[in-house]
Amino acid sequence: MASPMCRGIVASGRRAAAAAWGRTMSTASWWSHVEPAAKDPILGVTEAFLADPSPDKVNVGVGAYRDDNGKPVVLNCVREAERRIAGNLNMEYLPMGGSIKMIEEALKLAYGDDSELLKNKRIASVQALSGTGACRLFADFQRRFLPDSQIYIPVPTWANHHNIWRDAHVPQRTFHYYHPETKGLDFAAMMDDIKNAPNGSFFLLHACAHNPTGVDPSEEQWREISYQFKVKNHFPFFDMAYQGFATGDPERDAKAIRIFLEDGHMIGCAQSFAKNMGLYGQRVGCLSILCENEIQAVAVKSQLQQIARPMYSNPPIHGALVVSIILSDPQLKSLWLEEVKGMADRIIGMRTALRENIEKLGSNMSWEHITNQIGMFCYSGLTPEQVDRLTSDFHIYLTRNGRISMAGVTTGNVGYLANAIHHVTQ
Amino acid sequence: MDDTIASHLASSAERRLSTLSHHLTGHSASMASEIPNSALSPSATAGSYGGASSVFANILQAPDDSILGVTVAYNKDPSPVKVNLGVGAYRTEEGKPLVLNVVRKAEQLLVNNPSGVKEYLPITGLAEFNKLSAKLIFGSESPAIRENRVATVQGLSGTGSLRVGGEFLAKHYFERTIYIPQPTWGNHPKIFTLSGLAVKYYRYYDPATRGLNFHGLLEDLSSAPPGAIVLLHACAHNPTGVDPTLEQWEQIRQLMRSKGLLPFFDSAYQGFASGSLDVDAQSVRMFVADGGECLAAQSYAKNMGLYGERVGALSIVCKSSDVAGRVESQLKLVIRPMYSNPPIHGASIVATILKNSELYNEWTVELKMMADRIISMRRQLFDALSKRGTPGDWSHILKQIGMFTFTGLNSDQVAFMTKEFHIYMTSDGRISMAGLSSRTVPHLADAIHAAVARIN
Repeated sequence: MASPMCRGIVASGRRAAAAAWGRTMSTASWWSHVEPAAKDPILGVTEAFLADPSPDKVNVGVGAYRDDNGKPVVLNCVREAERRIAGNLNMEYLPMGGSIKMIEEALKLAYGDDSELLKNKRIASVQALSGTGACRLFADFQRRFLPDSQIYIPVPTWANHHNIWRDAHVPQRTFHYYHPETKGLDFAAMMDDIKNAPNGSFFLLHACAHNPTGVDPSEEQWREISYQFKVKNHFPFFDMAYQGFATGDPERDAKAIRIFLEDGHMIGCAQSFAKNMGLYGQRVGCLSILCENEIQAVAVKSQLQQIARPMYSNPPIHGALVVSIILSDPQLKSLWLEEVKGMADRIIGMRTALRENIEKLGSNMSWEHITNQIGMFCYSGLTPEQVDRLTSDFHIYLTRNGRISMAGVTTGNVGYLANAIHHVTQ
Repeated sequence: MDDTIASHLASSAERRLSTLSHHLTGHSASMASEIPNSALSPSATAGSYGGASSVFANILQAPDDSILGVTVAYNKDPSPVKVNLGVGAYRTEEGKPLVLNVVRKAEQLLVNNPSGVKEYLPITGLAEFNKLSAKLIFGSESPAIRENRVATVQGLSGTGSLRVGGEFLAKHYFERTIYIPQPTWGNHPKIFTLSGLAVKYYRYYDPATRGLNFHGLLEDLSSAPPGAIVLLHACAHNPTGVDPTLEQWEQIRQLMRSKGLLPFFDSAYQGFASGSLDVDAQSVRMFVADGGECLAAQSYAKNMGLYGERVGALSIVCKSSDVAGRVESQLKLVIRPMYSNPPIHGASIVATILKNSELYNEWTVELKMMADRIISMRRQLFDALSKRGTPGDWSHILKQIGMFTFTGLNSDQVAFMTKEFHIYMTSDGRISMAGLSSRTVPHLADAIHAAVARIN
């Protein structure tokens, strides 16, 4: 509710409610003026899909992994971890900052197993409610301690990013990212925006597998970006929701972060285990902020906890146990690495298959972006009208920005999908 | 390789090297000369270029949370006679945490269910859990439920449910003031302030009687602005253990309805106070029965021992189902930018138990056992103090209800008890009865006796 018009509606709604109270205290509702909220664009797609009776329907909307049979997957390493947890005698409160063990393991994943920063205890970190919760804690923290700061958000980005910083009352600006003509990165415009932003600006960066476009900077481009950030003294905040899911190798997927760390940036990082461990509904994540030294890290962590306490007191234990069991057990961790590579490989395979299928149909458009892009999503370049036709004519469900969740593509439906895409783009 | 690309790479490699060397040596002058444009003046948050300074360098360490800090101090104490009466988590006679048998059974059922997936819950949480939670607090025959007038969302235990409710009120309700009892749980004022509400207090505890300051409560609520929100502890007031009687609740209800004050119940101990789920919900049901609107936050942390799983619910009872539908849609907009959707594990356990009549009955038995043990600790402590002839009227130990007793001890006496007797409790004199056992009651009684004798 950021716009003046919305505020006006809410304000007049409040006055109406107050008037209603004055007139008929016992029969009026306090909430008569409450408007029905717009449906979440992403989650609304799955709702519509579920309501569709067509046997041909395909869901390439929400970004949750599916196997080649279109079924959700519980990783074997997760099942084993849960077997070990069931019958556990501990459901006590975690500390406000969450599970120390889980945090340690999460940081090793993001910052490197042998990171000096970890050894020197320079990283302030708390367990968070998946990626959303980590971003929100950071946004609230940014608001509280640097109230004059803004956040630069890429265009496009995951829609909820805007909601998060808005509800934290941090003003937003955007920076160029996606290049519609090439369906790739608009690197020149992005660098211009980085240079033109006031020194010391806060930037939201997707560490890998950009959502929704699947377009990531190359390693060389990341180095340029990092250099320019040093020049401008910008603050890099990484949202890493897909580590392991992009290339299949978590170390490679953390490359951007490692480059920035080498260059001495004091980064912030939101990590999520929703996709790479399939723990979606468990809401497990981690927020970390790199500090100058251990004392500072302790202070920052204590303040992050102060933000968590009036939000949920302390984070949920179950998912944290799963993550720490898997990552701290070498066998289970190996198994996880295999399984996450398997998921990434299947998606890479589907990218190739989708592109080849469309090309085989004789499309005169370029579809190389399907295989150039990386991670769960493909920014197809389809217009909202074309998307609507995919849905109405072919019962294919995706978000109207043309984002296809490759995780929903299977050997069973890739031909059908290719045909439909070709049909609406002719 | 293309010349332009090669030279581009060469120069960017050079820049990288020079950046790193500046990082190591701290010299920024030569780097500054490479910068083409004029935007060089350091911003307020800028550190030295190429240096390693944090924009958060000036942040001070936050004070320890006073309640959770008690356990931290307890853990550090090597004394074999130490007793932790700080945080309100149930302990058995042996001083151990308790995972209820029904919870273990429910977890096994979930683990053994091969189709159990961990996908995202809807923003509002597990639907089955929401319905069952509403029935639990409002009663399965509640007209509000039958008429579909209740919007329920799964929340992050009591804290999270209160926060979502507070944020919803700040966005959509015309009166931004919430009245909370004096005293109340330390986290309440922070939750509502951060939600965007203005916090005011109404008198509640009477130190002279160690009971309810009913007159003060009625006066303060009478002078609240019309429409003001009023936070009510449904039962087992935290930290005092002092609850209104049913007659007093009825008077509170009448006053609030006549002034159009909006009730917001915090129900963290349903079943834990008296041992009966229905009895402990009477205050809430009284308000719903009159057809009016209210909010209710529920927690399963204590009554199902699910503390760390963070399971709770927020219900908003509305005048009509149409309104309830719209309210629910707006609650989603509060939740989505906070954590997107709630954790599935704890809610699945609760739903499994509540919907299975055998498990449900087992739960009520285990719940009553916990409540009875606490009531017995009250009795034992009172008797122990009587036996020692400790000066003062200690009947409030028996009259207060729920997990906590507000002893009436002052912070000096508390500090004395910690130092000399290794008793850990909050400085407001609150003790968690759940942390007591038959074995430790005598030691606590000795400590109180000594404190009262030596310090005033």
